[in-house]
Amino acid sequence: MWGGATVEPKLALDLEGGTQIILEAQLEDGQEVSQEQLSQAVSIIRQRVDASGVSEAEVNTQGGRNIVVSIPGEADEETRARIEASAQLEFRPVLATSAPTNQFVGEDGEETPYPSPDPALPAEPSVAPSNASDLSWVTPALQAQFQAYDCANPPAAAADAPKDQPVVTCETDGSVKYILGPVELSGSAITDASSGLEQTQSGGTTGRWVVNITLDGQGTDVFADISQRLYGATSPLNQFAFVLDGAVISAPSMNGLITDGRPSISGSFTEETAKTLADQLKYGALPISFEVSSSEQISATLGSAQLQIGLIAGLIGLILVVIYTLFQYRLLGFVTIASLVVAGVLTYLAIALLSWRQGYRLSLAGVAGIIVAIGFTADSFIVYFERIRDELRDGRGLEAAVEAAWKRAKRTIYASKGVNLLAAVVLYVLAVGNVRGFAFTLGLTTIIDVLVVILFTHPMLQLLAQTRFFSSGHKLSGLDPKALGAVYRGRAQFRAPTETVRQAKLASSSREAQRRQTIAERKLAESQQTSSSTSTATKEKDS
Amino acid sequence: MANLTQFGNDLYTGKRSINFVGNRRIWFTVALLLVLGSIAVPLVKGVTTGTYFNFGIEFTGGSQFTIENAESTDQEIATEAVAAAAPDAVARVSTVGESAIRVQTDQLTPDETTAVTTSLADAYGVTTGEVNTSFIGASWGQDVTRQALTGLVIFLVLTFAIMAIYFRTWKMSAAAILALLDVLIITLGVYSLSGFEITPAAVIGFLTILGYSLYDTVVVFDKIRENTSEDGEDSPRTFAESVNLAVNQTLVRSINTSVVAALPVAAILVIGDFVLGAETLRDISLSLLVGILVATYSTIFVAAPLYALFRESEPAISKRDKRILAVRARSTSAVRPAVAGEPLSAE
Repeated sequence: MWGGATVEPKLALDLEGGTQIILEAQLEDGQEVSQEQLSQAVSIIRQRVDASGVSEAEVNTQGGRNIVVSIPGEADEETRARIEASAQLEFRPVLATSAPTNQFVGEDGEETPYPSPDPALPAEPSVAPSNASDLSWVTPALQAQFQAYDCANPPAAAADAPKDQPVVTCETDGSVKYILGPVELSGSAITDASSGLEQTQSGGTTGRWVVNITLDGQGTDVFADISQRLYGATSPLNQFAFVLDGAVISAPSMNGLITDGRPSISGSFTEETAKTLADQLKYGALPISFEVSSSEQISATLGSAQLQIGLIAGLIGLILVVIYTLFQYRLLGFVTIASLVVAGVLTYLAIALLSWRQGYRLSLAGVAGIIVAIGFTADSFIVYFERIRDELRDGRGLEAAVEAAWKRAKRTIYASKGVNLLAAVVLYVLAVGNVRGFAFTLGLTTIIDVLVVILFTHPMLQLLAQTRFFSSGHKLSGLDPKALGAVYRGRAQFRAPTETVRQAKLASSSREAQRRQTIAERKLAESQQTSSSTSTATKEKDS
Repeated sequence: MANLTQFGNDLYTGKRSINFVGNRRIWFTVALLLVLGSIAVPLVKGVTTGTYFNFGIEFTGGSQFTIENAESTDQEIATEAVAAAAPDAVARVSTVGESAIRVQTDQLTPDETTAVTTSLADAYGVTTGEVNTSFIGASWGQDVTRQALTGLVIFLVLTFAIMAIYFRTWKMSAAAILALLDVLIITLGVYSLSGFEITPAAVIGFLTILGYSLYDTVVVFDKIRENTSEDGEDSPRTFAESVNLAVNQTLVRSINTSVVAALPVAAILVIGDFVLGAETLRDISLSLLVGILVATYSTIFVAAPLYALFRESEPAISKRDKRILAVRARSTSAVRPAVAGEPLSAE
């Protein structure tokens, strides 16, 4: 369970290097690959790589017919297989099925292989087939080929079979042998595929796993025709096959008329097999097939020097932040620094954990994101501290001020962090590549920030508010009510909040102008009146 | 510290007040000039040099040189060789396998390609035949951009809705989003002016800035909400004055936060700019530093005054404002109200 666990987070391509896999388009003679097809393939391969987690892989075209995939670290077998799966997805109707062997029990009672098909057998349909499911596709030659076909040892790659001809092939696990009609729909008609629990009409679930497919406009029309033809036909003619790279990944039977382009496949799926099929359907539709032409280690483009510079710069920045915070908030600044340290340690642990379990990798952009997060995180404390100061200015005692300030600051912090979290979630769900990695870092630091301010900073201040040093408003505490302009009432007594309220009520019955002042303004007026008791207090207009 | 604390006290009580809302004509003019300037910079650049923004190889694709059987796998050699042959090109160098070097540069002209090939062959002690050249496509393709933009639009729509629900007025959402655009345009303008390459790292910097800008605006708007919703019928302040007081009361927070956020980024920018080969750090920290400062400015000088402008014309608010101003004119009170600006309805 602890295999591969390290305390250090893994690094992304730009910092650590990785594996470079070059895929070459496999073209038949005279076939050209368009730039459009290549970029479509790049997009599909990028999705396939990203589907394995937040990997920050880099995929681009090279020359006229190559795709270069760079993956951070060692590419494991699973990822490699996912990229190399050159996958052309096709829909073909099923014409015949049988057990996967090419043997039959002869008259002598022994299992005998079917003979190789006689080349003299007619290979052209005697009657022109009226549609893809027409049994006249099955010529004597095809029948003989079907019988001689051994799934354990397939004679030819079915992937290269012409699209407008029937084909003999097997289920990917070799459990069933098929004759399939010509291709009716290509995989590019699938706009989305997902796995989920089957829904009943009342909105409940049956507990069975299904794969839901969404087809594009043209695919919907074609599929509606197929559905009309296949629904109600005798087995196996009511089945249609999803053929991936020549092998059948699934051959469900048509159990209803589907005209809305949203078929769903049910069967004996587990959660995992349903997800695998959905992924195969979704990312399977490469417009051309590719073969790996080279796979080599590459070094980092930025290298450790950049990371070091980044970390040193971040450290210098942090020291400046510490100095500034202490300067601004005196000893209260230590609460900020301690909170930042707690947030930093939690972030580091979370990244190390995710890097180990989820394959998260830290890129230079990620490092920068974390450095910026210092600002976001510190702001929670700054908002909170400024609120406490505001409450002190209003004449509350420290403990009351901390509670009142927390009530208000909490709202602001939740609202603003909510916006950040929303940004992170939306970008993570919708974006690909490095943007996803960034969104991940942003979301992570936001959550940690909120946790730290609730579970560490606030309790810390509640405790500190009870100490003599802070509650007496020591000059170095950063919470000196006198420095904050609160009205001193002697013997470390500041005007209590209840008193203020009563005063407010008293004031409300006095002169109108006085009534229309806030507590702070009234205090200002009072202090000005006491300082110059005879003359009328006037306010300078600053701007 | 004492000064800023005193400053904070004065701002809180209203003894000292900076008229962000009342002088909004000035601030809007400044903002408009900044935005127009920021649009003009890339336009002028585009007309004179042909490139509006300097997009990196990840967006545009470029040239790739592979050196087989190189004598050394030192990446520095390649960086210098490319710099000597094509001074404008930015090289991304990595080693492939045991003894091959991969150099990716911006799209080069055929002449430059030949020059770089020769230069690289000399530098690594191989024949020019052992240097393969090819074109590479963008790794940050149209599809990535499209998905990032879709994400961004959905995010903005959702933020608009959520802010409208939280603040119970869509006018705050509108003001916040306008301020966000202000930040984005100015940051892009500064970026174009600097001539730094737009790399994926810089784009991520821009996204961070969008998040930061909205975040900063929400913090200040929450104080505005608090002030304006606590103002009853008897408030001595007009709506605009309440908004202005809130901005002033959160001013010390805004200054402290932007300083704390900007310090580490500034450190990266300064160090990244002096050390060779730290372009990525430099690119991202420039967009971040400019963005943080502009976001703070924009919240105070654009978002808050805009919000006041949007709300003032509402019948209930303008009626109350008029009454307050009328009372004030009659009043012989010794203490004048917190924000003694010009009567706003007269503007």
